[in-house]
Amino acid sequence: MVLAAVGLLLFLLPLAGLVARAPWDQVGPALVAPETATALGLSLFCSVTATAVALILGIPLALVLARTTGTVRAVLRALTTLPMVLPPVVGGVALFLAFGRRGLVGGPLHNAFGIQITFTTAAAVIAETFVAMPFLVIAVEGGLRALDPRYEEAARALGAGGWKVFARVTLPLLRPAIFSGAVLCWARALGEFGATITFAGNLPGRTQTIPLAVYVALETRPDGAIALSLILLAVSLAILIGLRDRWLGAP
Amino acid sequence: MLVKRGGFALDLDMTIFAGETVAILGPNGAGKTTLLRALAGLVPLTGHVELDGDVFDDSATGVHVPTEKRRVGLVFQDHVLFPHMTVLQNVAFGLGREGEGIAMTWLNNAGLGSKAGAMPRELSGGQAQRVALLRTMATQPRLLLLDEPLAALDVTIRAEVRRELSRQLAGFRGVRILVTHDPLEAIALADRLVVLEHGRIVQSGSPADVTARPRSRFVADLAGVNLLRGRGRGDHVELQDGAALAAPEAGDGDVFAVIHPRAVALYLARPDGTPRNVWRGRAEELDLMGERVRVRISGPVPLVAEVTPSAVQDLHLASGAEVWVAVKATEVSVYPA
Repeated sequence: MVLAAVGLLLFLLPLAGLVARAPWDQVGPALVAPETATALGLSLFCSVTATAVALILGIPLALVLARTTGTVRAVLRALTTLPMVLPPVVGGVALFLAFGRRGLVGGPLHNAFGIQITFTTAAAVIAETFVAMPFLVIAVEGGLRALDPRYEEAARALGAGGWKVFARVTLPLLRPAIFSGAVLCWARALGEFGATITFAGNLPGRTQTIPLAVYVALETRPDGAIALSLILLAVSLAILIGLRDRWLGAP
Repeated sequence: MLVKRGGFALDLDMTIFAGETVAILGPNGAGKTTLLRALAGLVPLTGHVELDGDVFDDSATGVHVPTEKRRVGLVFQDHVLFPHMTVLQNVAFGLGREGEGIAMTWLNNAGLGSKAGAMPRELSGGQAQRVALLRTMATQPRLLLLDEPLAALDVTIRAEVRRELSRQLAGFRGVRILVTHDPLEAIALADRLVVLEHGRIVQSGSPADVTARPRSRFVADLAGVNLLRGRGRGDHVELQDGAALAAPEAGDGDVFAVIHPRAVALYLARPDGTPRNVWRGRAEELDLMGERVRVRISGPVPLVAEVTPSAVQDLHLASGAEVWVAVKATEVSVYPA
């Protein structure tokens, strides 16, 4: 009990500190400041896009993971969960070495087409996807493993081919797992800092999401940083609460 | 066909005729469900599976028709209705365009039309299983595979689903295979019984033949008779543990001997007269079966006897009394093993 209370306090005290020390008179101006709107809009855009990309790439990845066994599975699993344990800054460095102007993929891309990924909004999206997608993959894979295989077998016996089974049986039955995975993924993407600032840089309007704006503001105008933090907290809470009913209401 | 899974191997060779209902009986782990899954194409096998001239599987030539192309109807123990679809959508799932119209006809014919818009979780167990059956029958399968379709239901609603099942089976012209461990279900629905044990067929035949001449402990228990095995010696059977059982026409060679529990008589004192098979035994276990009591007797020839409740009192059977056991030689039926 005591330990649980200490654990809870660890979560609560920083939040309390944030609220207690908040310069309430500055929250209003901070909210309407154009920089805030830009950073908030960019944050939402990047995190939602990253979640969408994670859904498109992560669900097939989870399917492959759930259908393989043995060494192949162990290797695939280690690869997909690596971004969860890797310090985000290291992830950012790795992304830079892969997609940077002199990187493994980024180099040829730049030489052939003149495309530069680093320091663009796309880079911020890639960084957030890199860090957040594992949450989705793990959740969907768990859902797949918990799925009674007889639903798919019944569908096949009724004459449904692979695609129809997936679209009409597997995917709808996975909806709760996909949904909770997407929420976790989105929340992680929204708070992403390390990989983004390393790989995408800190350019207002292009790659400066709210966490980055908070970090910069903390050095120059701490009150503004607190105000921005409160805004991010409020947005996260509002969306989580808004989604909660659907999340819990799912079968 | 041969199916290997871990340490278990299912190895059998059988032919089923169109319009025939075959019940696969066997204890748990005999390979009944594996057999159905192999026929449905859900597990890889070695050997050959053919339906009406169409090869489904042939390991020699590498033929394997995927499940969805086999037109097999698979009915599971519990309904496995898709929980996110309505009853109507479930029944229409295997049908093509305009499937919902056809599905509605099937539901109406079965008296389930009012449930078309319901979700599976709103149905009773019996209704759900009937919908599952309709969902399968609506696709007009060529081969119907029923995996203990009544086992998960309460006894009270089992009759309702069994009626529907009989009705559907009667109107179905393809091959029907029913897996069950309920002998009543097998006898009520099947033309032929196939008894599977340890992945092999131990007996096959009409329900009457199989129960009259059990060839395994499992079937003997189903039929509720005593099964003994030994060597025929003309007028008696020499049992495996050395005891002799008098029987006319015992023949010679390896034989089975069957004694109905009603033919086993129990006495307090050694009986005089005609019974030639008399020995001492001890009442070990009682089991009430309707108006009669079944008593398991240990002794030189362990048997189950069927007696009246008053005999249980008179012979003190409940307290594990020693009794005399007598069986008329003419009540022992012997056939080659």
